[in-house]
Amino acid sequence: MEDKHLLSVQDLHTSFFTDAGEVHAVNGVSFNLDPGEILGIVGESGSGKSVTAYSIMQILEATGKITGGKILFKGHDLTRWNAAKLDKFRGKNVSIIFQDPMTSLNPVFTIGNQLIEAITLHTSRKGEQARKRAAELLTLVGINEPERRLKQYPHELSGGMRQRVMIAMALACEPDILIADEPTTALDVTIQAQILELIQSLQKKMGMAVILVTHDLGVIAEMCDNIIVMYGGRICERGTAREIFYNPKHEYTKGLIRSIPNVNNMKEKLVPIAGTPINILNLPKGCAFCARCDNCMKICLTEVPEELSINKDHKASCWMNVKEAFEEQGGAK
Amino acid sequence: MTPLVEVRNLKQYFPVKTGLFKTEYLKAVDDVSFYINEGETLGLVGESGCGKTTVGRTLLHLYEPTAGKILYQGTEVNEKNIHSMRQKMQMVFQDPYSSLDPRMTVEDIIGEPLDVHHLCSSKGERREKILHLMELVGLNAEHATRYAHEFSGGQRQRIGIARALAVNPKFIVCDEPVSALDVSIQAQVINMFEELQEKLGVAYLFIAHDLLVVHHISDRIAVMYLGKIVETGTADDVNYNSIHPYTCSLMSAVPIPDPDYTRSRKRIILQGDVPSPLHMPSGCPFRTRCNHACEKCAQEMPPLTDRGNGHMVACWVK
Repeated sequence: MEDKHLLSVQDLHTSFFTDAGEVHAVNGVSFNLDPGEILGIVGESGSGKSVTAYSIMQILEATGKITGGKILFKGHDLTRWNAAKLDKFRGKNVSIIFQDPMTSLNPVFTIGNQLIEAITLHTSRKGEQARKRAAELLTLVGINEPERRLKQYPHELSGGMRQRVMIAMALACEPDILIADEPTTALDVTIQAQILELIQSLQKKMGMAVILVTHDLGVIAEMCDNIIVMYGGRICERGTAREIFYNPKHEYTKGLIRSIPNVNNMKEKLVPIAGTPINILNLPKGCAFCARCDNCMKICLTEVPEELSINKDHKASCWMNVKEAFEEQGGAK
Repeated sequence: MTPLVEVRNLKQYFPVKTGLFKTEYLKAVDDVSFYINEGETLGLVGESGCGKTTVGRTLLHLYEPTAGKILYQGTEVNEKNIHSMRQKMQMVFQDPYSSLDPRMTVEDIIGEPLDVHHLCSSKGERREKILHLMELVGLNAEHATRYAHEFSGGQRQRIGIARALAVNPKFIVCDEPVSALDVSIQAQVINMFEELQEKLGVAYLFIAHDLLVVHHISDRIAVMYLGKIVETGTADDVNYNSIHPYTCSLMSAVPIPDPDYTRSRKRIILQGDVPSPLHMPSGCPFRTRCNHACEKCAQEMPPLTDRGNGHMVACWVK
């Protein structure tokens, strides 16, 4: 049953052990990813969206540790793998592109050095073959004059170009999953459009699955089949893009969609979410969003809401839905 | 009616050493003119490096302009009167983390402009004014003795706004004031800007790269590309009836948080990158990425022409 998913994250817990105490960054996150799917993880800073992605890649900082749960890749739990096995897994099966293309390339090596390194490490290609492949990859991501670019250093390229190089590197071994952690946040709108289109077309061409981590609801709306909304290290809502945007069922998602300028609310006042972002050092006992929620009930303060199916494409973890379902049943009786 | 603030043919060139004895000029702002009426918001949009921040800073003489005039209610702003002019024109900066002095309490940060301009005759009055300002931007009185690092990004931006409002200005340059904030906090700060405008009648030059935010807050919008304004008009005209090819592609590239809408519209994806401002193309700066470029575009920069209702566009073709 579980084997049919490409990637299955089950009840993942990740903590950072800092001087200020244990920080529970991810608290029981579960989701599945199928081949060819584009999954969006959306949330604000501190929601645990990036940590979830890093946990899958097992590239957490030294203070971070997966404290519970499983990450099954094609049915195998990779939290139990040793470093050597993980080295093979990264790059070959799963690749990641980071937010900041300015700092994620090494400034003292040429683009060619860095690309060819990735190719020789993960494939059987060596020497001239690897070089050819590097040039091919650059063409694939839409960089012209690849031979000349291979000899250039990162500082000679623009931001959009560098992000293309990062994508080329990530695709070097045709991974099954590409994780994109805020891939366009540091880029301008017109360059962002180029990169998003590139990711989309490559995804179609190569049939890989993509996990897109971002805070930008616009990018999510444009790119993703399925969406996970995170807050305070937990998933508060998941569903298809249309369900999440047109039928949100968690108070946080509702608030988020109301609070951003959109094509149809230009003349209206925005409805902000009250309060300040969550402090993950001090998570509430119940629902993480309770302190900022307008419809907070007693139970929200003390108990974490269970995930309730709204329909086959949509699940939400909010006590409001449980209450509504209960009232509907009561009304029927 | 004289506009509150008017900018005429503003130029801002920065010298860049390109060789041992060679200095070239980077034309960050090249011949820009616009006006802002009392109580109005002008949105200034463009990609990084287009000169929008430089325009804002030059307006307040944080940079000495290379050429051109800045008029406040018809009076020219120059080096001599800038000190008193800054009582009328203020600025809110992008990064609420680095624009507040970490060694000053909130009270001192907001009180500093009051001291600089000698606006309070007694300590009691100063304290009263500060508390009033804090209330205006939604901070509690007990926050007055705390330091900036104790606040979240949204609250720090409120402190920055209270500081700008301290001298009771008529005009505030807001340089990307919400882009460093979390999505759920942005709406709070945008609403506050709008409420303060209703209450105090201040005018804003709202500089940002998020086009949806700019459209929401602005009455009029000016679009910049490589140091030049290529299109300006009412917010709705620029967004819904954009004429300049750059504005069109910019608008179509904005990801709209509405899956059906955003997936059904036609997008114009621009090829290539923004050229280096040190080696600007001849004629129209956008021609190297433009799908409609013709011979004339390479020869001469198109002037801004009125397309009705004050909607000005600088393009030979469209």
